[in-house]
Amino acid sequence: MSQRIPVTELTGGFRDRAEIALADGQLRTNFRTAMDSLMKKRADAFPDEEEREGLRELGNRTKARALSRLPDLLEQLEAKLTDNGVKVHWAETTEQANEIVHGIIRARQGSRVVKGKSMVSEEMEMNDYLAERGVECLESDMGEYIVQLDGEKPSHIIMPAIHKNRRQVSKLFHDKLGVEETDDVNELIQIGRRTLRRKFMEADVGVSGVNFAIAETGTLLLVENEGNGRMSTTAPPVHIAVTGLEKVVENLRDVVPLLSLLTRSALGQPITTYVNMISGPRKADELDGPEEVHLVLLDNGRSGAFADAQMRQTLNCIRCGACMNHCPVYTRVGGHTYGEVYPGPIGKIVTPHMVGLHQVPDHPSASSLCGACGDVCPVKIPIPELLQRLRQENVKSPAEGAKVKDGGAKYSRKERLVWRFWRTLNSSPVLYRLFLWGATRFRKLTPKNVGPWTENHTAPVPAKRSLHDLAREHLARNGGQ
Amino acid sequence: MSARSNILNKLRSGLAGSIPRPDDFDERLVTEPWQYAPEDRIMRLRNLMEAVHTEIHQVSSDNWPEKVAAILAKRDLGNLLHAPATDHGQQLAEYLQQSDSSVQLLAYDRPVEEWKEELFWEVDASITGTVGAIAATGSLVLWPDRHEPRLMSLLPPLHIALLRASEIEDNLYAMMQRQNWSAGLPTNLLLVSGPSKTADIEQVLAYGAHGPKELVVLILEDA
Repeated sequence: MSQRIPVTELTGGFRDRAEIALADGQLRTNFRTAMDSLMKKRADAFPDEEEREGLRELGNRTKARALSRLPDLLEQLEAKLTDNGVKVHWAETTEQANEIVHGIIRARQGSRVVKGKSMVSEEMEMNDYLAERGVECLESDMGEYIVQLDGEKPSHIIMPAIHKNRRQVSKLFHDKLGVEETDDVNELIQIGRRTLRRKFMEADVGVSGVNFAIAETGTLLLVENEGNGRMSTTAPPVHIAVTGLEKVVENLRDVVPLLSLLTRSALGQPITTYVNMISGPRKADELDGPEEVHLVLLDNGRSGAFADAQMRQTLNCIRCGACMNHCPVYTRVGGHTYGEVYPGPIGKIVTPHMVGLHQVPDHPSASSLCGACGDVCPVKIPIPELLQRLRQENVKSPAEGAKVKDGGAKYSRKERLVWRFWRTLNSSPVLYRLFLWGATRFRKLTPKNVGPWTENHTAPVPAKRSLHDLAREHLARNGGQ
Repeated sequence: MSARSNILNKLRSGLAGSIPRPDDFDERLVTEPWQYAPEDRIMRLRNLMEAVHTEIHQVSSDNWPEKVAAILAKRDLGNLLHAPATDHGQQLAEYLQQSDSSVQLLAYDRPVEEWKEELFWEVDASITGTVGAIAATGSLVLWPDRHEPRLMSLLPPLHIALLRASEIEDNLYAMMQRQNWSAGLPTNLLLVSGPSKTADIEQVLAYGAHGPKELVVLILEDA
C-alpha cells in the first residue's frame, strides 16, 4: 500500500514533503501515468500548430485587454448582473468572503451546502469555515468528493483525486459509506452519483466557481463534464458563485477563444460536456432555478500582483492545469508537496501574492526553468520569466525593498557577501589568475562538507590543472593559434 | 471604506498612466479553421457526439415520434417528461395516444419544489427541443424556458433532444452572431456535448456521473 502524504499534519516545507513524495512509488506511478496521458490528449487536441499559436496569441490579447480595463469591467459586470437580479459582493480577503457566504446561508437558515468545483473556495477554506459554524459543505465533483471524504486536499486543479487509484477509492467508499468494495470504476461512480443526488435535492444552498464572468451581458460561465456544476447552480434555492476578480472578460465573444483554449489545454476535449451560462435567478414565470443568485468577487492578493506590470500577467491564468501536466517537477512530487491551494508552475507564481513569499520561499526555485510551462500556457504567461523575477524578489535586502508580498524572505547577508566576492573574483583578471593558481595547487584543502550539496553528491575538488592551462598546452602542441 | 472601493482604488492606481488595450479581436482565428460545407456539418456533429457516447438518429420531421417510442420501448422505460405546450410536445403526445403506447407522459407543469422527490428519482426520460447545434465542437444549444425548465435536461437518466438539421451552425462564434446572444441571454443557456461523464478515477471514462447517463439526439430533416 502506498504511503499517504499527510498534508494537513506536515510541518516541514516543500523540501521535506518532496522527499517523502519522491520515495512514494505508488504516488509517482499515479502521477506519471496521468500526466503522460494528459500531455498526449492536449497534443492531439491541437493538431495544427498554426491554429494553436494564433489562438494562444488571441487568448493572451483577450486577457490582457480585459486586465487593462479591469476596474471598469468589474463595475460593468456588477451593473449588468445587478440588472439581471444577481447580487454582487466584494471581498478583499478570504475571511471577508467567508463571512459574506456564511451571511447569505444564515439569512436562509441553511445548514446544507453542495459545492461544484471551485478553486477559489479552496483558497477560502470555505468547507472548514462553514463546518465550524454548523453548516455541512459537501463537494460534489467526483474527484473533490473523494478527496473530501478522505480528509485530503486536491492534488491537481482539474483532477483533484489524481493521486489515488481505484483500489484506494474503493477502500475509502467501503470504509466511509459502508458499500461493497469493487474494482469497477463505473460502479464506484454510480455509488457517488446515488449518494450525491440526495444531497443535491436536499441542499439549501449551492456554491460554484466561475470560469468566465462576462461584463457585456452579466453572465457567469462554468464548464464541467459531470453535471454537478449544473446541479449545484440549479437545484438548490440559492446559488452563490465565488470567483477571483481576474475572471472577468469584456464581451461575450471573448469567451470563444478562451473556452476553446481552456478545454483543449486542460483535458484535450474540443469542449466540455456542459457549458453552463447563468445570467440571473429564476424569473417569475420560470419553474426551477435558484430564487437568489450571488456573486462574490475575491481579491486576496490579486490587486497586489496587478500593481506590478510584469506580475500582472499571472492574472491571465484561466486555470487549465496544462503547466502542471507538463512540469517535470510537478509530475515527480505531486500536487500536495506544494502545500498550497494552487500547485505546480502556476501555483508558484500566483501563491506568493496571496500568502506572501515568506510562506512559500522554496517555490520559485523548485523549478528547472526548462520552459515547458510557458510553452504550453494557453494565454502565454511567461512562467519561467516570472519565476526568475520571484527568485530575485525572494533575496532582496530590506533596503532594496521587495515588490512582492513578503519578499526578501531568503535574503542572507552571508550569501550576498559570497556573491559579491565571486563577482569581484571573476571580473578582475589578476585576482582570477591568482585564484586559479591557488585552487589548482591547494585542491586537496577544499572542504569535504559543503552544505546541502554533499548530502547527495561527492564534494567538488578542483582539477590539477585549469581548462585554460590545458587549452594553452593543446594549442601549443598542435601548432594552432 | 468598503471592500468594493478599496479594491477598485487599488486596481485603478495599478493602472495609473497606462491606456486600455485596443479591441483587436480577430474573428478569423475562431471561425476560419471551423467551417464546413453544409453537407459535412451533420457528419462532423455526429462524429464528435458519437465519440462521447451520444446516440444519434436522422429522422424526418413528421415521423420522429415513432422513433421516440422505439427508443423508449427498447429500454423498457415507463415514463417520459415532455412539454405539452410546445409543438413538438403536442406532436409526440398525439402520436403516443394514437399508438396506444403504455408510456406515461409527464409534464413539468409546476415549480420544482412541488415535486422534487419525484423529479429527482422517478422520471425515466425527458424530451426537449434545442435552438440549434455547433458542428465544430459537437454541441447542442439548449435555451431552457418555462415549458422546458433547466432541470428537465439534467435529472432524468435519459435525455432525448430534438435538433433541426437546418439549425446546425459551423462554430460557436457563428452561433452567437446568428442568434444575437449578446442582445439578451436567458436565465440559463447551455451547451450540451454528450451525456454526463467523469474521468476522476484513474482517468477512466465513466458515463452518467450526475446528469443523464444517455443522450439521444434526433436530427430532424425537413420532410
